[in-house]
Amino acid sequence: MVDQPTPLERFVQGILPENPVYRQLLGLCPTLAVTNGMKAAVTMSCAVAFVLLCANVITSLIRNLLKPHLRIVIFTLTIATFVTIADRFLAAYMYQMSKTLGPYIPLIIVNCIIICRCEVCASKQSVLTAASDALGQSIGFALALSSIAAVREILGTGMFFGWRVLPISWPDWVIMVLPPGAFLTFGILLGTVNWIGSYRSEKSGNR
Amino acid sequence: MSYLIDIILIAVGAALINNFVLYYFVGICPFIGVSRRVDMAFGMGCAVTFVISIAAFLSWTITTYVLMPGAPLSKWIAGFFVPADVAAKIDLTILSYIVYIFAIASSVQFVEMYVRKFYPPLYKSFGVFLPLITTNCAILFACLKIMGNIIGVDNPADAWDLGRSLTLAVFGGVGFTIAIVIMAGIREELDLCDIPKPFQGAAITLVVAGILAMAFMGFTGVDSGLQKALTSQAGASTAENKNADINVGMSKFIIENQPIDENIPKG
Repeated sequence: MVDQPTPLERFVQGILPENPVYRQLLGLCPTLAVTNGMKAAVTMSCAVAFVLLCANVITSLIRNLLKPHLRIVIFTLTIATFVTIADRFLAAYMYQMSKTLGPYIPLIIVNCIIICRCEVCASKQSVLTAASDALGQSIGFALALSSIAAVREILGTGMFFGWRVLPISWPDWVIMVLPPGAFLTFGILLGTVNWIGSYRSEKSGNR
Repeated sequence: MSYLIDIILIAVGAALINNFVLYYFVGICPFIGVSRRVDMAFGMGCAVTFVISIAAFLSWTITTYVLMPGAPLSKWIAGFFVPADVAAKIDLTILSYIVYIFAIASSVQFVEMYVRKFYPPLYKSFGVFLPLITTNCAILFACLKIMGNIIGVDNPADAWDLGRSLTLAVFGGVGFTIAIVIMAGIREELDLCDIPKPFQGAAITLVVAGILAMAFMGFTGVDSGLQKALTSQAGASTAENKNADINVGMSKFIIENQPIDENIPKG
């Protein structure tokens, strides 16, 4: 029996070594859809973090009551409840942002990251471990989203969080804020991350 | 006639212009995961189209009769407990996400059982994909889009009927199939290429998808052009028929001028 990782290890694992987007390729819909600006990306990451944390804690609390064949349905319904809360909250306090994000907030329900974390971690671990795992994963998700959004927003509009960072003479690469830019940016970033990873492991292997 | 134009525009919009995968980014997971071979991709596309139509039918029915403000069924049930004027205002839209995901999950389950029992060959061909479809964003996205077009409209007369909703769903599924089959075809060729090692697998697939999305951007504006062509065709025949009033309703116009269509040379 392998030693179960401690809460702290779980937290650190989620950020880079097991980054949900770059390493596990989960939750790609929001990753590609809402990353045309930093503001949308940050809001989305916060919403996902909230839902992931709540769903993980609840799943961990009820893990002994779960029936194996019904567990996916239970996970989905738990997630849907919290997504409804997040969606209503955004509509009440950040109306403009909820209009921008549109259907992608409800689509958090079918986001693979959350179901995957409930299944892999929360349904087997204590509340503390599940919560730290959720925090780590959501920080990793936020990092991935902001890295893509930063590239797309800076190259596409010359701005970062709405502030101009490139000179006004910058010819906006409009394609970057349009759908194809999302695929291209993420593809190239993913390749780069893989390259850095393999370079590192080669280096440590040679030593 | 105007209804038919509407249907055509929705169909073209869902399948090509605003392709589910390449424009809205829903259903990316199977798009990356199951696009290795053309026959598998086609099976997945068919399964998604099948389930998306059932889910759209369910969500349209539930939204219209139960969830939306003043829906008949919820009004009738609430009428037993509260005064009629309060019952008419019952609004259950807050439950929509939970209800939709439940409807999708159970319909996938039922479809799987039904197909396994009555069409074993069909089950064999897309049996693996069916359970996966529950967590496919494309299905929920279609349901949400239909809900937006029923509840989100200001004028109740503009709310989508079942025909429009089903068109959106079926052609959304067709668009998904088109995208995933093209992708699988490209990936079969990619196997023969010398790709830099870090880019093998998902990364190169995403870059290719980006180029594919660029190609699909070429369809932008087709809908307005099509609309213009369809309405001006109707308008041109109005001009030919001098005594027809332009303001006459389109359906009445068609009934009155039925013989004219036969005079127009075919081809």
